[in-house]
Amino acid sequence: MAEVHDRPPEQFTLRLRRYDPESGEAPYWDEHTIQLEPHRSVLEAILQAKDRFDGSIGVRCSCRQAICGSCGIRVNGEPALACHTHLDAAKSGAKDGVIEIEPMGNMPVLKDLIVDMDAVHWKKIRRVTPWLLAKQPVPEREYLVSKDSMVDVTQSMACIQCGACVSDCLAMEVDPGFIGPAALAKSYRFVGDPRDDQQFERLNDLAQDPQGIFDCTHCFKCVEACPKDVNPMGQIMRLRRIATGDHHIVDQNNGERHEAAVTGLVRNYGLLHEAELIPRSYGGNSWFAKFTPAAGKELLASFPVIIKGLLRGKVNPKIAVFGHKIPSSDLKSVQAIFDKIESRPERYELNLYITGEDEAPAPAAEPIAAGVTYESGGQDAPPTSPEGSVNQ
Amino acid sequence: MPAHDVLIIGAGLAGQRAALAAAEKGASVAIMSKVHPVRSHSVAAAGGINAAISVDDDWHSHAYDTVKGSDFLGDQDAIEIMCSEAPGEVMHLEHMGVTFHRNDKGEMDLRAFGGASMKRTAYVADITGQALLHVLYEQLMKHHETVERFEEWFTTSLLKDDAGRCCGVLARDVRSGRMEAFTAKNVILACGGAGQAYKPTTNGLIVTGDGIAMAYRAGAPLMDMEMVQYHPTCLVETGILITEGARGEGAHLLNANGERFMEKMAPNKMELASRDVVSRAEQIEINEGRGVGPNGSGIYLDVTVVPRKRTLEALREIVNLGRDFAGVDITKEPITIRPGQHYIMGGVKTDVDGRTPIEGLYAAGEVACVSVHGGNRLGANSLLDTLIFGRRAGEHAAARSASMGMPAVDTKAQLREDAGRIDGIIARPHDGRRVSEIKNELGELMNKHAAVFRDEQGLQHALGEIGRLKEEAGKAWIDDRGTVFNQDVLGAIELGYMVDCAEATVVAAIERKESRGAQFRTDYPERNDGEWLKHIDITLEDGAGGGPRVSYSPVTITQWQPEERKY
Repeated sequence: MAEVHDRPPEQFTLRLRRYDPESGEAPYWDEHTIQLEPHRSVLEAILQAKDRFDGSIGVRCSCRQAICGSCGIRVNGEPALACHTHLDAAKSGAKDGVIEIEPMGNMPVLKDLIVDMDAVHWKKIRRVTPWLLAKQPVPEREYLVSKDSMVDVTQSMACIQCGACVSDCLAMEVDPGFIGPAALAKSYRFVGDPRDDQQFERLNDLAQDPQGIFDCTHCFKCVEACPKDVNPMGQIMRLRRIATGDHHIVDQNNGERHEAAVTGLVRNYGLLHEAELIPRSYGGNSWFAKFTPAAGKELLASFPVIIKGLLRGKVNPKIAVFGHKIPSSDLKSVQAIFDKIESRPERYELNLYITGEDEAPAPAAEPIAAGVTYESGGQDAPPTSPEGSVNQ
Repeated sequence: MPAHDVLIIGAGLAGQRAALAAAEKGASVAIMSKVHPVRSHSVAAAGGINAAISVDDDWHSHAYDTVKGSDFLGDQDAIEIMCSEAPGEVMHLEHMGVTFHRNDKGEMDLRAFGGASMKRTAYVADITGQALLHVLYEQLMKHHETVERFEEWFTTSLLKDDAGRCCGVLARDVRSGRMEAFTAKNVILACGGAGQAYKPTTNGLIVTGDGIAMAYRAGAPLMDMEMVQYHPTCLVETGILITEGARGEGAHLLNANGERFMEKMAPNKMELASRDVVSRAEQIEINEGRGVGPNGSGIYLDVTVVPRKRTLEALREIVNLGRDFAGVDITKEPITIRPGQHYIMGGVKTDVDGRTPIEGLYAAGEVACVSVHGGNRLGANSLLDTLIFGRRAGEHAAARSASMGMPAVDTKAQLREDAGRIDGIIARPHDGRRVSEIKNELGELMNKHAAVFRDEQGLQHALGEIGRLKEEAGKAWIDDRGTVFNQDVLGAIELGYMVDCAEATVVAAIERKESRGAQFRTDYPERNDGEWLKHIDITLEDGAGGGPRVSYSPVTITQWQPEERKY
């Protein structure tokens, strides 16, 4: 029995970011020292400070068990649920031993740790038509759908709308209009739901929107931020794969062409051929793409950047023209990976929600080439359950 | 000034379901909550929702299990309504979008739950409450044109006209501190229980008995308040809930000797006896020195006997809770738990349409007492209760509003009074006690004397202490003098609500001189149908020397005569 409960209370110092909208003063830092066992949560620490020293500290909270989603904050600069962060972990992550607590980012602060979720988070949620558009006719009893499909959407259903991913989304920092990780994960909950009648319409909408699924920059921040392992970026990538792979949606943002260009170049060269990327992303996945008007226009617009890169030694003219060369045996290995994956009758989706190994014999999911590793939510074993597949 | 046909206070499952039902019937609807709707405590319900949807099942069986679970204190007419309407309601939720988990045939899967004679609990992993709540909120967003939402508005009191009818509420916008009067033809209270009157509790910090106390102060009777459910599996330190679904999936309870002690108390149902029975059995093991963990104050819950894959798929949330809040990998080792306050069966007395004796005032969900749970609620019946009676209250209120005009009531005086009361709290001198101190003392007091085992002496002591705490709460001081998100002042108001609820609980527990359901009196250890097969109602007597007044109402029995209760 792992006994984590027998450690005595210790002192922890909190540095709280305070803001009183009525005072006319700028935000300021406020320190309180509290006493709690090290495995207790940052929320309990904040509440102790509030109960004993200053009841005016503003923080939303309720359940204390990471299910209501109220207490999204930043601890030492990283988004977190206050109730889901242990004091010892928070202290060891602090640069000077003082646990720094701030409101979440990307949303306006209303008071102390309380942000305006409605102005940002909920507005974006409402953007994705967040309700089931059920297939007709509605059956008398339940819709008959596969067991796996409902387990599959449970990952996005498990989102508690805490805003941690929104707080840390780099794409949103640059483009506040980006629909963002939480809302797009929410849309997967419908796109992946076999009872929904509007899969194509939803995906087409999100693909054509310049601030939709192709606005994500794969930075993984939301994956790290999420306290419920919803894996928002993973859901966005699944939306893309279904949009492009199943519905062949070619979007006006060149998202689909860009992905095809990246994968096509890696297949041909073993590595990305950067100079070819712009023309192919805009003109289509071929060497002749650079002669299309769309690519020409983009190349012309990128000219100053290219020159700057050359001058600063960031672009090597030889590689820019001829591409990277890797040993032909390596190139063959890379291409073998493509062949293996593309020859599958069905796309194999990794659902990180179910992280356990199955008792049943593993279906064909053995590593396909050296160097390919599976992500499986912190477990070493590759996922072997069929929960991973998207049922189309 | 906002005016609506139906105004709903509280936006958990009961409130949101009521709002959707009332809007569907054509009423103009507003729903108000002191927190954002998805933060409501329904979100924490884990295990599932009961409905006799299996072809082998019959709602009569569900109803009988519920009656037996209630220790025959539940009103059988209401239980029949709840259980017979359950399958339709669950199908409706499925059509709305709830992602109920499926069996291999693609139908809704069902899991076993305590006190149930067969598998009849539909579920979404172990986040059923969250899934239901979020799907209902999806529907509120969809129907935003017919249901107006007032999110983060704190209700301070109910508005009544001269004839004593409820005709709206007064509320404070938490974000700005502004007071506003909301008139309505009907008000539905759907703002949950009063678990925070106990410490520890599984309930969230927002569950402070607001609706129960507001109705009580407005003259509505409370019923079955002595019946407080202790859930058998809560984390020792924080009181965080481990779902009954764990035992539903096959987990065992073990004492320090490694024995499955439920053999003694419930040889047939074992760990899946009703919650009052299991909690009592655990407390006996702990009291008799067979507990585990620090001070022997816990019991082992052994989930390792459940296949690992099944645990990860169907009990994922408690795998995380074990890891994050107790440092235990429940798939590898047992976790230490104990009984903890979880639910109050009692509440504002209503009929099967959610009507309270105050005209225009309805209640549904944990705030209400229909009474379908009687002395003890079965697991996975609370979600059902919220949805069935939330819908019925919404529909009935909508129908009532169709035949009446908007009440004309002068709100100015009451608005001034409430605003003055709040300003008074903010201005209190710092010479009494802090709100947080009183709240802690109240919670510990209730957990000591109005818990699994009770007796006259302890309860009388508690009643005396509550009297003192009530007085202190009336003078308790706060720090925050602002208007924007002044949570401090709301905490002071909530403290008053909790003290009222605690008082009603203790008065009723003293009154009931027998042991039934969740009420176990060590000085009256037997159930006594001859004298006590009746509900205890508590009404607030107004005026000087006023206080809780006790009366009785009969238990409705339709087809199941009281019998000895064995699991």
